[in-house]
Formats: sequence, C-alpha cells, structure tokens
Amino acid sequence: MQVTSVEKKQNFLYRLNNSYYKPEIFAGVGLIILSIILSFASPYFLTRNNLINLVRQISLYAIIASGMTFVILTGGIDLSVGSIVAVTGTFTAGFMKAGTPVWLSILIGFGMALLFGLFNGFVISNTRIPAIIVTLSSMSIGRGAALLYSNGYPISGLPSSFTSFGRGYWGPIPIPVYVMVAIFIITYIIITNTRFGRYVYALGGSEETVRLSGIAVKKIKTMVYVISAFMAGISGLLLASRLGSGQPLAGDGWELDAIAAVVVGGTDIAGGRGTIIGTIIGSFIIGVLNNGLNLLNVSPYLQLVVKGFVIVSAVLVRAGVVKHK
Amino acid sequence: MENILEMRKISKAFYGVQALNNVDFSVLRGETHILLGENGAGKSTLMKILSGAYHKDAGEIYFDGEKIEISTPLDAQQKGISIIYQEFNLIPGLTVAENIFLGREPVKGNRLINWRVLNENAKAILDKLHADVSPTAMVATLSVAEQQFVEIAKALSFGSKLIIMDEPSATLTPAERDRLFEVIRDLKQAGVSIIYISHHLDEIFEIGDRVTVLRDGELVATDDIKNVNKDLIIRWMVGRDLTNTYPPRTVTPGDVILEVRNLSRRGELHDINFNLRSGEILGIAGLVGSGRTELVRALYGADPIDSGEITLKGRVLAIKTPKESIRNGLGLLPEDRKQEGLVLEQSVKNNVTLANLKKVVGSGLINGSEEKKAVDSYVQSLDIRTPSQQALAKNLSGGNQQKVVLAKWLFTDSDVLIFDEPTRGIDVGAKYEIYQLMNRLTEQGKSVLMVSSELPEIIGMCDRVLVLHNGRITGEYTRDQFDQELIMRNAAGEAS
Repeated sequence: MQVTSVEKKQNFLYRLNNSYYKPEIFAGVGLIILSIILSFASPYFLTRNNLINLVRQISLYAIIASGMTFVILTGGIDLSVGSIVAVTGTFTAGFMKAGTPVWLSILIGFGMALLFGLFNGFVISNTRIPAIIVTLSSMSIGRGAALLYSNGYPISGLPSSFTSFGRGYWGPIPIPVYVMVAIFIITYIIITNTRFGRYVYALGGSEETVRLSGIAVKKIKTMVYVISAFMAGISGLLLASRLGSGQPLAGDGWELDAIAAVVVGGTDIAGGRGTIIGTIIGSFIIGVLNNGLNLLNVSPYLQLVVKGFVIVSAVLVRAGVVKHK
Repeated sequence: MENILEMRKISKAFYGVQALNNVDFSVLRGETHILLGENGAGKSTLMKILSGAYHKDAGEIYFDGEKIEISTPLDAQQKGISIIYQEFNLIPGLTVAENIFLGREPVKGNRLINWRVLNENAKAILDKLHADVSPTAMVATLSVAEQQFVEIAKALSFGSKLIIMDEPSATLTPAERDRLFEVIRDLKQAGVSIIYISHHLDEIFEIGDRVTVLRDGELVATDDIKNVNKDLIIRWMVGRDLTNTYPPRTVTPGDVILEVRNLSRRGELHDINFNLRSGEILGIAGLVGSGRTELVRALYGADPIDSGEITLKGRVLAIKTPKESIRNGLGLLPEDRKQEGLVLEQSVKNNVTLANLKKVVGSGLINGSEEKKAVDSYVQSLDIRTPSQQALAKNLSGGNQQKVVLAKWLFTDSDVLIFDEPTRGIDVGAKYEIYQLMNRLTEQGKSVLMVSSELPEIIGMCDRVLVLHNGRITGEYTRDQFDQELIMRNAAGEAS
C-alpha cells in the first residue's frame, strides 16, 4: 500500500515523540547548571579536595541507586536497602570482632544482605502483597536485626586489613569510587545488552505480555530484589570498612536518597522507562546538592527542605515533557 | 429539524501535523449521527475537541443556537455535551448512584451526603432508561452492558442534549446491543442527539439517521443513511474501491498436526475435542462468554486445564505454561493486544524479539546488528509501517501493532498461530492485509486458529468452524456447509 502524505507527517510526529523521552538529558542539563551556580557561589566547590570528597560521598548510595534502578524499572520499589546496609555492616563487624577470618565475616555479612533480597523477591513474586509493603516490613526487620545483634552500639575496632579498603586510595581517587564506576559499567551492560535487562523493562511495561511470551516472570522479579540487596550489601561493606565499625543506625534514610537519585535521573516510578545513565546523573545531582549546601553553610534542616523541592521539581519537569507529546 | 450542533471549519494540528483541516460537521436535534473514518482519519480528534479534551486551533462551534467555546471536559458536560468512551470512566469501587452523581452528590443541610435522595435520583434516571440496574450495586460487579447504561445515565443526569458514543457495541452481545439500540431510540424520542462512532458497518444502517465520513483529517461527505450503501461508505473511508472484503482461500489443508481431546476447565470448558490440519484456518465462533477466549488460552497454557490431552505433530504435550507451548510451536495473538501482546512503551524491535531473544544472543550479550537484521526482515516481509525499528509500539496503528505481534511469533518459528479477534480495532484497509497474511502463513504450511465475534470474518476466512456455547462445542461445519443463520443458532444454544 502507498504511504500517504498524512502517514509521512505522522512518521515525523513519531520521531519527535520518541526523541521526547530522553529525561536524562534534562537531568544532565540540570546537573551542569547546578554545578556552574555552585562554582560561582563557593570558591571551594571546584577544588580537588572537595571534588574527591564529593565523589566518595556519592559512591555509597549511587551503588544502591543502580540496584534500585532495576527494581523501579519493573514497577516495584525497595525500601529495605538502608536497613540492609546496617545489617551487612553490623554482622560483618560482629563476626570479625569475634575472631572470624575477615573473608568469612564479609561473606556472612554479605550473605545476610542477599537473604533479605531473596525474602523480598520471593514474597513479592509469589503473593499479591505490593512491593512497598513487603520491603517496608523487611526495612523494619533489618533495622531491628541490626540493633538486636549490636545491642544498639557500634561494633568497632576492626582489623586494618578490612578498613584499608574503604579508606584507601588508588592514585588520587578513593577506592569506593572505583567500585561505583565498575558497578555502573556492569549494570549498564546488563540493562542494555542482556535478555534479563530487556525483560526488566518489558515487565515494567506489561507483565501479562511478558508472561504470555513464555518468560519466567517470577524469576525475573525475584532477581531484581536480589540485585538491589546485593548493591546495598556492597555499600554496607564499604561503609563499615571506611568507618572502621559496624553501625546499627548506618544507612538510615539512604533508601530515600537512592529512590530520589533514580527518579531525578528520569526513571518512571511506574516502571518500564528509564536508564542507568539517568541514575548516574541523578546520584550526582543529589550528591552535588548535599555537598553544595554544606559548603554554603546552609543549615541541615533547611537542606532537607531544599532537597525535597529539587526532587519534586525535577519530576515535574519530566512529567511536563512527557505530557506535552 | 434544526441543528443542535454545528462545527464550522474546525482545524487542529499537533506538532505541525494537520489532524483536522477545515472540517464542517453538524448534528440535528434528536438524530443519531454516525461518524466514520479509519484510524487516524481525525474522528477522535474532532470528538475530543467537542468534549473539551482538546482545544481547536481554528473554527467555530455553535450549540443549541449559541456560539460556544469549550474549555474543559466538565465545561462540555455542563453545556450539555457528554462523551462515553470505549473504556468507561467509572470508578469500580463505588456504587452505581455514586458514580452517576460523582462530585454532585445531594447533601443534607450541612455537608453530609443524603444517601436516600442520591439513590432515588439515580433510580429515576435508570428507570427512564428501562435499565435493570440497582443504584446501590457496586460498579465492579456489573456487566459491560450494564456499565454502559450507568454511563448513559450519568450523561443524562447532566441534562445532556448531545451524547457521543465511541464504539459502544464493540464488547456487547447481540442481545445487549439490541437493548442499547432501544435505549438510543428512546433518547431520540426525548430529543437527545447521538453521535455514534463505529467500525461495524452492518449496524449503522440499523441505528443511524445520517452519516459523516472523515479521511486524512478532512470531511469526505455527510449524507442521509438511506442514500448510501456499504460499498459507498467503504469507498469514502479508504478513498478507493475495496472489491473484496476477504481474499480468496487457495490452500488445501494437509495432515492433522494438532489434536485436542477431552479438554476441560472447571466452569469454563467442557469436554472439548477437535483437530487442526496444516495449512488450515480453523474458526472458533460463539457469543461473549461462550468460552472462545478461554479455549485458546487454555490450549496455549495461559490458564491451567483440569483435564485433557493435546497432541502436536504426533507428540503428546504437557502444556502447562506459555513457555512450553511456545517451545512446541504455538503462538498467541491475544484479543487485548495492547496489554497482552505488546509492551507499548518498548520499541518495535524489542517487541518482535521479546519471546525468543536467545536467537540473537551470543556469549550472554544481545547481538545488536543481528537483532536489527532479523527485525528488518519482518518489517519488510510483513510491511510493518513504522518510521524505524526504534519507534515505540504505542505509536503504531492497530493494524501495524498486530503485525508486530505476528512478527514476534514468526521469530519464535511458530507453526500454529492462534489469533484471538485478529482484526478488532483495526480499520478496513488494514484488515484486508491481516487476512492476506493469514493466507500467506497457511501457504507456508502453518496453521491458524482464529477466534472471532464477527461471523462474516469467520465465514470469509475459515476452512472450517467450531461453534461454542457455554463452554461446549455445539457445531462444526466445513466451508461448503457455512450458513450464518445456522452458526448463530448453534452459538445461541438452540438445537440445530
């Protein structure tokens, strides 16, 4: 059949439409503008020390945010990651303090994290309980477990073979930053170039289509929560290593920073749309904002208020863009 | 009779694309005006302007003798124009009465809802429609037809003088449709005008007074329904003659490849037996609720079966999940292709390869160029009209979306393709293409199982038909025995 002139015009519309959903571009522009403003507002912002400090701060929750991206892309959410950070840290520190070999303690702490991920994934994919309720429960269970295990006190005095990693540098750059970069590269490849990545997006778009396409929906769903817990576990180990102690209150509220990073980076909270690049940019926006407000001596209370407004306006800009097509 | 509505020289563009160009459209008081056009012809844009969902770029609207501007859907409703979309705007968790008067609940002195008055008012309107629906029933518990009555009641509660109905009969049984037509005639008697949008060319002669056809955003013609016939309307819609609605069948079916024995699923399917030959198109006819969709879903493993045996190419299958049926060469093109056949927010490419990605995976990673090449070959051979493989599935027309779902199953090398309502929501020209594709598939030795609520489609395309009623097969006919009336009687459960 002939392509009519209206169809040609529509083709143009399609292209415009498709190019419209690139929210990470908006997030990127936002990050650049924010950085330019801060570099004028504070002479310290662009100093080497500050930038290194900045990326180290970002690295811990950016790692969590990359795992959270998988969860949110499927249309889910994981509120338990902050508690998993504490569980991993306290259990690792506790076993180390008790004389267990460092490698085994790490394995045990990290195993705890994965257990939480499996629990979340299993319950969410096998019942009708919404992810927000399941992970809210495991958030409470995790925080409680960390407090019980540590009696509410930090477990410190850890061997230097463990602490050197979180505190250390390779060249001028802190080791956790390398971990973050490696994780970003790996998750980027998984999400864009593997079957699993495709299924994650498709699941967020239409679960029934995925099921009728012969794909093991439950397995994919479970996997994303395990990945999220895996990232929280890595972050928890890095934090305990840097602090030299396992703290039961560590990671408090990090789930919100991680979710904020993902959403500010343009991923649709309803699932199906978003990118890892967006999450990287989102993590930096949150990090730069925290850092900049500190440099400008803004009170921590006011910082929370500002952060809240930035998140809601970032999402508003995106919603405006999507709606106008 | 005078005009209740006159739209003059209406234009509307989206991003520089002219969706409507100087369209004139008028409706008489108390008439049923049929609005027709292929997908993309501009009829929904025109109706969205009329109901306040879009704003016109140019033109004038006169309603009930006055020049009006419509700013929002609520504004349109208050001026007396209501629209009933295919997907109803009802809240399932509220009662019928609450839905009808949503946001306008009668209150007792202070701010508490006066439930007695609310339910009485709702009942009065429902009685006027002769609708047997309780005002206190939860909307979620109603049938589609009953929900439609609630929508109409809601429109009347606003004192609507003009009601727009978007494909109101698409999901109704013949009996329900007849009831709807009675209601429409009653409304006409009461001086209410109806704009009726439909793809069903047969029913418009039964219910319409006048007809307007749009094509490519422009008005083609408006005329009395008695002055036109089906061929003329199709010519107006597609801009050319469609000599045949169905392409001729030329394939002679070969050996039996699929055998179904004693298939049962409690409450839905009872002791189903049939077989399917290679190169055959087997139709499944029946009314809504007869178990048509349930049968193909059970066969495909989408829903579990209680008993029965399925044999494919001489091997007994243990089909329990879609995964197993896909591996054995089955593919399902579901009735609800937007929710179950496609991932709308994903690209054409990702949709085509979704069910068999392993075909283009090398050492764990997707081979992008190989995938692109594979998808390209389907875009070419099925003539999928899309600006690129990267275009999102949601931006394609219904016919092209169906081709994407078909490409998905060709990519898994399916031998048996199950089409559930293959042409629902697809416009006339694209329907013919889908039929041609079915013929081509059977020429290649593939088999087609086709569920359809449109009997002419079954009779036009199938080599054989099974008729279902209440989950049982009540008739089986080969092409030379086809008789529309006989099939209808079987489907209605009357002894043949």
